[in-house]
Order: sequence, then structure tokens, then C-alpha cells
Amino acid sequence: MTPRRSGPPWPHLLLGGALLAAFLLTRWVTDPYANDVLTTIGINVILAVSLNLVNGYTGQFSLGHAGFMSVGAYLSATITLLLGPSILGEDGGAPWAQNALFCGGLLVGGLSAAAAGLLVGIPSLRLRGDYLAIVTLGFGEIIRVIFQNIEPLGGALGLNGIPNYTTVGWTFAIAALTVFVVVCLINSTYGRGFIATHDDEIAAEAMGLNTTRYKVVAFVVSAFFAGLAGGLYGHFKMSITAAGFDFTRSIEIVVMVILGGMGNTLGVILAAILLTLLPEVLRPIAEFRMILYALLLIVLMLLRPQGLFNFRRRPR
Amino acid sequence: MEFAQQLLNALSLGAIYALIALGFTMVYGVLRFINFAHSDVFMIGAVVGSLLGNYLPLGTWWSGLACLLAAMAVCALLGVIIERVAYRPLRAAPRLNVLITAIGVSLFIEYLFQNEHVFGAAPRPFPPVFPSVLWQWHGLSISSNQLIVIGVALLLVVALELIVYRTRIGTAMRAVSLNPRAAQLVGINPDVVVTFTFALGSALAGAGGVLYALNYQSVEPLMGVMPGLKAFVAAVLGGIGSIPGAALGGLLIGGIETFIGGSQFSTYKDAIAFALLILILLFRPTGLLGRRIPEKV
Repeated sequence: MTPRRSGPPWPHLLLGGALLAAFLLTRWVTDPYANDVLTTIGINVILAVSLNLVNGYTGQFSLGHAGFMSVGAYLSATITLLLGPSILGEDGGAPWAQNALFCGGLLVGGLSAAAAGLLVGIPSLRLRGDYLAIVTLGFGEIIRVIFQNIEPLGGALGLNGIPNYTTVGWTFAIAALTVFVVVCLINSTYGRGFIATHDDEIAAEAMGLNTTRYKVVAFVVSAFFAGLAGGLYGHFKMSITAAGFDFTRSIEIVVMVILGGMGNTLGVILAAILLTLLPEVLRPIAEFRMILYALLLIVLMLLRPQGLFNFRRRPR
Repeated sequence: MEFAQQLLNALSLGAIYALIALGFTMVYGVLRFINFAHSDVFMIGAVVGSLLGNYLPLGTWWSGLACLLAAMAVCALLGVIIERVAYRPLRAAPRLNVLITAIGVSLFIEYLFQNEHVFGAAPRPFPPVFPSVLWQWHGLSISSNQLIVIGVALLLVVALELIVYRTRIGTAMRAVSLNPRAAQLVGINPDVVVTFTFALGSALAGAGGVLYALNYQSVEPLMGVMPGLKAFVAAVLGGIGSIPGAALGGLLIGGIETFIGGSQFSTYKDAIAFALLILILLFRPTGLLGRRIPEKV
């Protein structure tokens, strides 16, 4: 079979365009409701695209993405809350200083989430399939319980009073960066190893690929971006509780990945947008909207089992 | 004495987890997927028990048994309907798709019951349908509810064991779980087996729901989520697909939760259960009693 070209033709140009659009969006979007919805979409795109690297491309099954997100959210919020007053001073500081602090906080959040990803990636050396799923779920729940018990981080009440640094621009820029990194990684020579691990682990190992290493790398990269998304989420909602990052949140992200068509970045982005907008569109029928949302989920899956936006036949 | 008391509490909690875990493990055995809607079937069992209990004289043996049997029957029917509508059309699709419809069904039931016109999100009291007595014995306080939970669970597990190992349909179930295609070749209709498995597993979850509500005396739409998760962990711990494994896992998780919950680390009890699970899986990757599947190229 000839190697297929699946990525966009000029990823760097697309990234530049997306970053420019993100910058312009910050200027144009002034309506608070639109701002809320767009930010949520951006965060969900980051989460879904990063999880797709593990669940879609590498063929592992992680149910603990919300756990990594909470690590990023807590650590970045701690940075801005702890260092904020001393760096920015009493008056809140200049916008550039605020953004620099935010950037640092996000980076710390992402890196600590990546460290957590390394920790979770290690059991994946031995486990596969459903056993791996339950271990990642377990790690997510362990992280949640630990955060609930750390009193300096607010315990069960969570962290409050986080400064509102997240803008649509920041969110979209990081979402664009996530998509760029994942797409370029998958289409690189190195990244073909992820797909090989997914397709046939034994054959990949026979070809000399270190599949264990690919799995761990996938976990770490994916956790890093989940951590960034968590940081954005914390500075967007301005208060976080550990209970908000439980396994139902992880499942929400998994649903986006599967509905989008596993290992199809464009589809996953579209699914993330659709699943964020769906409850908003259904808002007029308030009390029945979540019932309808669940029904639509079942119907969509029954009608398009290959993923909602997967138009290509799966190469076999 | 305190240890014996905790052991009794652990047994009654573990028995309920074991009942739910059996449903998870049986469905996994024949279809190889995690039935996320199972914990909501458990909740519906408790709801059916409480609705019927309100019309029956309280505190008598026959009304308690009637609630239990009604919950089991309704849940068995519900399990069969869920399988027919949401899982069967996807039998040929990858397993992950079925997982999504399972999540969809689970969300649907939860949101439906949270709706004010159906049940409402607020917890409702569960009527004390069984006679309730508290015995004091050498400083050990034994409630009749605990004994009922342990007794019913034991009875159901023995019945399940007999069905799976001593009947034709049980043999068919084991055959499908061992090798679905070969089972079809010797004339076993997989649809019948799957329907039967769902009926059996859901009936056990319904019984578990009534017993759980009896112990905690309240019913609410999200009551199945945490017990369902714990039971799932129990099923994996025992080796998913293995019936004795699910019972063992349920008792272990119930034990860990009770003993940690009674110690100074009580706020960490969920984390410790998961940490133990991860440790066990690291050394026995297919659970305590799970079959090791040799890797074929």
C-alpha cells in the first residue's frame, strides 16, 4: 500500500493563520455569552485532540484525562495565586506582566501534568485494553481524592478567587498549537510509530519499534496539553473543585474522540465543537435538554458507528 | 469486638458490590465490553423497590420479598430492552462504539430520572419493607438488614453458579464467552445467550439496588454511580469475565472501604481502593482469578 498523506498541506501556514485569527477574535468577541461558549469550545478542542493522540492514534484506552486536567488546573492556579501578589504588586500589574505570569502558570501546570502522565504511562508497559482503561480511571480518581485532601489547596471546597486571565485568544492560540503539534507529530517519521503501535503491536515490535516508549511518549504529550487545558479552565471559571474533574468529565472527552472518529484529528475537532454547542442549542427546552443530548448521543452512534466525521474508509 | 463488627459491615457492603460486579463480569464475558448503564439499572431496581414498597404493608417478610422480586423482574426486562435497542445494532462495530451507546444510555436514564416529572433529583426515603430488628450479641450489634443483605446475596450467587454450571443455557453462555464463533458453529444462538445474560445480570443489579437502598434508606437518581464504579473495580480486581472473581473482588473492595473508612485515613478510602487495584494489576495483569490469554501472532 502506498503511504497515505493525511495531514494538511502547509501545517505551519495554517498554524500562523489560526494564531492570527485567535488574536483577532480577542478583539472582536465582546459579548460575554459568546466569549463563554467560544472559550469552552477551545478548551474542549484541546482536551479532545490531545486525548486522541492516546486513544485514537496509539490505540490505548485512557479514561483519566480529567485527572491530568486537574493537575494542570491546580498547579497553574497555585502559581498565579501564590506568585501573583508579589510579582504584580497591589494594583494588579500591567497587562503584559499578567499575561507573562499566566503563561508561566500554564507552563508549570502543563509540565506537572506531563509528569503525572509519565507516572500513568509506566503501568501501560504491562497492561492492555480494559485493564489499562481501569488503571487510568483509577489514577484519575486517586488524583481527585488527593487534591480533595490537601488543605492548602482548599480541600473539598476547592480553590477560589483565581484571577480571570483566560481569553478567547489564549484558548484558541493554545488549541491551534495543540492541533499543530499533534498533526505534525503524527505525520513525522517518528510519529508513524504511534500508528504502528495502534495497528499491530507485535508486528511493530518485530520491525524494531519500541512500542512501550511510544505509549509513554503519547501519554506524556497528551497529559501536557490536558494540563494546559486545565490551566485555561481554572483561569476561566475562576474557581475549581476536585470533584469537577471526576470520571464523568473524562468520559465526556472520550465521547468527543470516539464520536469524531478515532485517529481523525479534524473529525475530533468538529465533534468537540458539536458536543459543546449541542447543550447550548438545546437550552430553550431547558428541562429536557440533557435527556435529548443523551438520546442524540445514542442515535448518532447507531447511525454512524465509524465516527460522525469519518468520511474516509478505514485503511485496513 | 470492633474488628468483628467491622467485618460484618464489610461483608454486607461487599455482598452488594459483588452482586453488581457479577452483572459487569457476565456481560463482559459474552460481549467483551463494559456496560456503563449497569449502575443505572441498579438505581432503577432501588426505585422500583421504593415505589412498590409504598403500597405494601411495611416490615413483613412477604412485602420485602415482593419488592425484591419486582425489582429483579423490572430490571431484567430493562436490561434486555437496553441490549436490544442500544447494543445489538452495533454487534459488528468496534467495541468502543458500544461503549459510547452504553454511556449514552447511562446518561439518558440518569437525566430522565432527575427530571421533576419522572422522579426528581432530590433523594427520597426508602420504605423499611423488611422487618427490622437490632440484636446485641457480646457487644456486637447485628441488624436484620445486614443479615438479609448477606443472605440474599449468598443465595443469588449460589443460584447463579448453578445456572451457569448446571443448565444448558449456562453451558451455552460459557461456550460463547470462551469462543463466540465456535459456539455458533455448534448451533448456539448468540442472540439468545446475550439476551439471557443481560436479563440475569440486570436482575442481580436490581436485587443489589433494593438491598443497598434498604441499608442506606434513601433513593436518588445518581445513587448508582459510585457503587457502580466500585463494583466495576471489583470485577476488574477479581479478573473481569470470571464469576468467582467478581464475588471475591466485591468482598475485597467492600472490606477495604469499610476498614479504611473506620480508620484515620477515611477521606482517602476511594484512593486506597484504586491504588490497591493498580498494584494488584501490576503484578497480575488479568486480575486475581482472570484467565491469562496467551498472545498469538
